[in-house]
Amino acid sequence: MVISLLYYIIMKKVYPLLYLLPALLIIVLFRLFPMVFSFCISLTDYGLGGFRKFVVLQNYSKLLCEPKFWQSFLNTIYYVLGVVPLGLFIALFFALLLNQRIKALGLYRTIYFLPVITSLVAISIVWKWIFNPRIGLANYFLGLLGIPKCLWLEEWSGIFQILLSPLGIKLPPLLAGPSIALCAIILMSIWHGLGYNVIIFLAGLQNIPKHYYEAAKIDGAGTWHSFWYVTWPLLSPTTFFVLLMTTITSFQMFIQVYMMEGPTGGNPLGTTRVLVYYLYEKGFAEWQMGYATALAFVLFVIILCLTLVQRQILARRIHYQ
Amino acid sequence: MRKIQDRLFIHLLLILGAIITIFPFFWMVSTSLKTHTESLLIPPKWFPTSFVFSNYLEAFSQVAFPRYFLNTMIITVATLIGVLGTSCLSAYAFAHLKFPGRNLLFVSLLSLMMIPQPIYLVPSYIILSKLHWIDTYYGLIVPWTVNIFSIFLLRQHFKTIPKDLYDAAIIDGCGHFGFLWRVVIPLSRAPLITVSLFSIIASWNSFLWPLIVTNSDAMRPIQVGLAYFAQEQGSFWPLLMAASTFAILPLIIVYFFAQRQIIESFSRTGLKD
Repeated sequence: MVISLLYYIIMKKVYPLLYLLPALLIIVLFRLFPMVFSFCISLTDYGLGGFRKFVVLQNYSKLLCEPKFWQSFLNTIYYVLGVVPLGLFIALFFALLLNQRIKALGLYRTIYFLPVITSLVAISIVWKWIFNPRIGLANYFLGLLGIPKCLWLEEWSGIFQILLSPLGIKLPPLLAGPSIALCAIILMSIWHGLGYNVIIFLAGLQNIPKHYYEAAKIDGAGTWHSFWYVTWPLLSPTTFFVLLMTTITSFQMFIQVYMMEGPTGGNPLGTTRVLVYYLYEKGFAEWQMGYATALAFVLFVIILCLTLVQRQILARRIHYQ
Repeated sequence: MRKIQDRLFIHLLLILGAIITIFPFFWMVSTSLKTHTESLLIPPKWFPTSFVFSNYLEAFSQVAFPRYFLNTMIITVATLIGVLGTSCLSAYAFAHLKFPGRNLLFVSLLSLMMIPQPIYLVPSYIILSKLHWIDTYYGLIVPWTVNIFSIFLLRQHFKTIPKDLYDAAIIDGCGHFGFLWRVVIPLSRAPLITVSLFSIIASWNSFLWPLIVTNSDAMRPIQVGLAYFAQEQGSFWPLLMAASTFAILPLIIVYFFAQRQIIESFSRTGLKD
């Protein structure tokens, strides 16, 4: 009786735990606990010497008064607004081209996807070389087009300001837009992420049943109409997924700024400092860990809110088949 | 007639896109084979006049690239083994074992996936320093030996394996572990390959974490070593390009052999890092 009860307990309650134990141990130690711990640290002045005292919400209030924080916040928003919509439409464009039952589809797919698996560290060095203000290729191509040279990664003036200055318009700093340096990083990031989005869109496009297009054709729809009334609505779950994923990853951009604007120079007037880079500076260069975790929480809340808002707004507009 | 023109136009656009995609790689390799003076020429030379392979040797002799490579290899392989082990076991528990709170636990794990990585940086660093794991292989490997997404992926597949197979295995004298090892895993080749490829690519390219938890040259993986090399080297572009080529090459070789599996893995699961 006792033995069978013991056997029952071991088989039913303990045995599954053995399978879960390795994973749970690491998740608790390196995911769950750090998250709770992180919130506690953000309420202290944890620094190089370790914990000193609780400062409650001082880190947060300091953060919200700091111009550097707002600048990096704005830079991050610029970056996301640059990479996400632009990257999405370029990817959709190429996915539509690839979906035309063309020859050598596999070859194009292989080429387009290549940047996605390559290390951002190495490829950032390559783009830094291309954007070199003196001998880089980007300026060489501008020269061929008859456009004056540009400082690229060292240029802090906003792109709207530069575009409008021939008209004699002087914009206030807040409206000057992302700096040319940030725009160069946006360009490079779109290049790096394009293949991934193309592949996802292509998979989505191939899921749309062919007979919808045939029906549209019989009803007299042209290319544009069949795109707008068949493809676009039926693709919306994929579009939503791409939008969400690229937004979340863009908010966490770090490597490009670290490598191209780096700890050893660059970063013209702080116009390429994004939130995670600011976090890195505060936490691991200045060792203000309490402050850095407060920053991490703000980032977390932003991402969470955005995810929820996007879900709310877009859920109503998505058509599942 | 119009159709052929349309086709040509589509191919033209696609080729243009492909050129833009490939071009930085071409420029990287081309520059890596030039002499320093040749790399500074304006207008630029598209191809080097003579191939200067010594750039690669010189980059290797200036910093401990072989050591960085070895570190990355160790990290990649150990993380892969860890991820496969923990994912298979826990995915099996979630798919085939019954225990109280199973679904609740599974959903809580999934919601942990939503949390962005930067949140973990500071607290994990502090935990690692309390464990004296800073600047060790443990610190570089152990936190990444569990991947919740892999657990999810494998669990979804394990669930499709019919219960009848389990009953048959029991009659043949198999326990749960024997069933997992002899039946479930051999039947799950495709998702296991997907999980492995994701793990390899992620460990090979990971940067922010090793940047923070290493501080000696001997522990640096290739990406962090390359970043420090770039900071020190400054503007000797042929050397930098040679080093970058080296850091990219192994994954390109993997991609060359397994590109179909890699692309399909990404497009089926829609996962990025």
